Amino acid sequence: MNHYSGWKNALIAFFLLLSALYALPNIYGSDLAIQISSAGDASIGEQDLATVENTLSTNTVDYKSIGLSDNRILIRFESSQSQEQLSTQALLKATLSRNYVVALNLAPSVPQWLSDLGGRAMSLGLDLRGGVHFLLEVDMEAVVAMSIDRYYNELRSLLREDRLYKGIRNEGTSLLVTFKSEESKQQGKSLIRGELLDMQIVEGSESELQLSLEITPAAIKASKSTALKQNITTLRNRVNELGVAEPIIQQQGSERIVVQLPGVQDTARAKEILGAVATIEFRLVDEKNDLQLALNTSKVPVGSKLYYFKSGRPLLLKSSVIATGENITGASSGIDQNNAPMVNIQLDGPGGRSMLETTKEFINHRMAVVYIENKVETVLEDGEMVKLRTKTQDIINAATIQGTFSNRFQVTGMESARAARNLALLLRAGSLSAPIEIIEERTIGPSLGADNIAKGFLSVLVGFALVLVFMAWRYRVFGLVANVALTLNLVTIVAVLSLIQATLTLPGIAGIVLTVGMAVDANVLIFERIKEELKSTNNIQKAISAGYEKALLTIADANITTLIASIVLFSFGTGAIKGFAVTLSIGIITSMFTAIVVSRALINLIYGGKKVEELAI
Amino acid sequence: MNLKSLNIPNIDFVNRRHLAMMFSAVLLIASIVSLSVQGLKLGIDFTGGTLIELGYQQTADLEEIRGKLNETNYKGTNVQYFGSDTEVLIQLEPQQVSSAKLSSSIIHMLGENIDVRRVEFVGPKVGEELTNDGGLAMLYALIGILIYVAFRFEYRFALGSIAALVHDVIIVLGVFSALQIEFDLTVLAAILAVIGYSLNDTIVVFDRIRENFLSTRKVEPKPIINDALNQTLSRTIMTSLTTLLVLLALFYLGGEVIHSFAGALLIGVVIGTYSSIYVASSMILALGISKADMLPSEKESKEIDARP
Repeated sequence: MNHYSGWKNALIAFFLLLSALYALPNIYGSDLAIQISSAGDASIGEQDLATVENTLSTNTVDYKSIGLSDNRILIRFESSQSQEQLSTQALLKATLSRNYVVALNLAPSVPQWLSDLGGRAMSLGLDLRGGVHFLLEVDMEAVVAMSIDRYYNELRSLLREDRLYKGIRNEGTSLLVTFKSEESKQQGKSLIRGELLDMQIVEGSESELQLSLEITPAAIKASKSTALKQNITTLRNRVNELGVAEPIIQQQGSERIVVQLPGVQDTARAKEILGAVATIEFRLVDEKNDLQLALNTSKVPVGSKLYYFKSGRPLLLKSSVIATGENITGASSGIDQNNAPMVNIQLDGPGGRSMLETTKEFINHRMAVVYIENKVETVLEDGEMVKLRTKTQDIINAATIQGTFSNRFQVTGMESARAARNLALLLRAGSLSAPIEIIEERTIGPSLGADNIAKGFLSVLVGFALVLVFMAWRYRVFGLVANVALTLNLVTIVAVLSLIQATLTLPGIAGIVLTVGMAVDANVLIFERIKEELKSTNNIQKAISAGYEKALLTIADANITTLIASIVLFSFGTGAIKGFAVTLSIGIITSMFTAIVVSRALINLIYGGKKVEELAI
Repeated sequence: MNLKSLNIPNIDFVNRRHLAMMFSAVLLIASIVSLSVQGLKLGIDFTGGTLIELGYQQTADLEEIRGKLNETNYKGTNVQYFGSDTEVLIQLEPQQVSSAKLSSSIIHMLGENIDVRRVEFVGPKVGEELTNDGGLAMLYALIGILIYVAFRFEYRFALGSIAALVHDVIIVLGVFSALQIEFDLTVLAAILAVIGYSLNDTIVVFDRIRENFLSTRKVEPKPIINDALNQTLSRTIMTSLTTLLVLLALFYLGGEVIHSFAGALLIGVVIGTYSSIYVASSMILALGISKADMLPSEKESKEIDARP
């Protein structure tokens, strides 16, 4: 009685050793590091490593180590070298091409043999390491409106050939077509059925010469999902441009995107960059028509459009566009000879050709650069939430064409160096295919993150120590056994969290603290039961055994119900709640193992198979 | 052997249940009145809005910050110290235009060399969703527990444990309402944890009641329930104490961010301990639990007897 077989003890010891091994990576701190990864799909190899090493040595940068693993280069620094870390990042950003993402990072300094065994430190949540969490919503109404616009053009060119229609009206979510005759209507209908597969006739909308067309639900769904995917790609490009180590960009539901940027310090810039739907257009200035006349009569001449500078000064520009942001293949910011901020632009083939022709023909005329930004914001109107869409179109520059040029030129007129930098970044990363709005933001500054870790750690430690003292005082030898089990439970929780790479958050730490308090419950139940059994029997071995057996079912019932609650928490909760539920669930499961199996093994080792006169309980 | 610690107390819980019921009734009524009159002070997680936590080098001048904010036309601003007088918490109601840019412009306006410790912006739609999800989570947790307890025990036990849980949740909410402590997502998590904890306690007592019904020849439910409560009392108190110890550590050392989380759990654990002793068992007694309910059904036992 009260004896575990050798293999059972060995198995328990093996599990515990395994836990200790995988909890181990967490005791090594982390190094300040710079992480270089690929901006695209290209892999990073030995050659890149050599390039970086070369750059570092020619600039006599002092660093701790450099290494290539998991398709990224890590340059580690001593903890006192935060200045070097920043200056090296700037240096590498300037020297390496745009195919690389150069980001600041904290790299865990786990020894090689341990990481070869798969040992990794727990991943810390944004609230512990600092960073930004954004929830972005894609404006799906705008996506539908854009597809209607596209089908409007397609429908017109389809029906135009045989001159079938009298008029087509865009009614927001549908197109109203008026045909010339009954005959042309029939002809048009069969054309639409054959060619415009994504459109269907609105039921009951057909009258003598008219019918309404709408986009099929399947096509709407497809265009929404395309818009979402394109936006995710663009956001990823932008985040790469910002230089963030280990960013998370994920779809959430059918119209939302989660962006998490650990360790980002300049959150204002991140916000500006992520949400902006900005592009530029190049247009010729209309020099023939009288601007004043157009303003006075408020009649804009055909073929021209009225634009304004940011200062409010009006200017007539020609409607035809020379090139747009979509033609831009490269952009970088800098300072021109007059010390004004500028953006160097590089155009693709068609854009370059169009620019060459225009500048040839219109030399000594003026050309304008128009900055276009689409914004969507939610506005409360009479208690209702309404989406407010605004489109800003500002002329940032209108200058005389001095000579012919094609695909490489400069644009000036930006307000500041920061504005030039942002514009260059947005032009490089591509524009968003639909406007997005930040609907949730949670930013934790680095100082608060560090505070949270320190406070969380301290409260775990103090709470843990209090429970240890209390248990030892109340249950003596058995209390010490419970304490060993509790300690092992803490180790096991850390090991499981590290192994599954669950994100540890501050509420997660609270979950661990709570588990420490509740995990001893199983031991308390057992010990109280043993005490009771001792009252009715003099056989101490039997009392121990009965205590464990009778308490088992109660412990299982109690823990399963708590587990139900924490699983519900996990499936319904977001962020903070999820983190709490994860550690609580893991804690409940591991505590069953340590409090029942491990403590029993220890008790067996101490008392099992011996003649015991008295139990220290 | 330490005989003193083996003494099982003999407190007449069951016959004092009317007193406890009055006590519970008073707490419940006060909670419900407070909840319906002044409601909960919901945080921005549920209402939507903006929250900014700033760290100053020296003592921050709240009047100056308020003055600067008053010059803008942002409505519903609230400025207060957070933890210490170098840290300031600014909260804004949802504005006419809901935008994440608001926080940037306020931080910019307040000047430079301020450490931005935390910014939270929750759009009105997200707030609404979080409220709905929170309510649903609570409901599903209760249903899941109800099913498990009814399956493992008997429906009267399930009702008894749910009564205790509803009792605990209402009183914790009542305290938050009465003291107008901010109710945010972490407090909601704490309340769900209280559900788990209080249930844990209740199940242990119920388990013992069932065991006693089956192991003794007594049929009268009152002494059986009373015995079970006394037998589990020292465990109930021990576990509450260890949990309270760690919660106190969390409450005093865990920092401002989880202060109300720890507070909710502290209140919840105390109430949960009380309710598992008085409320849950009074409830099953009132529902008329008896020894017969604990025995395997007649049909089953006949089948067993019929076997050769």
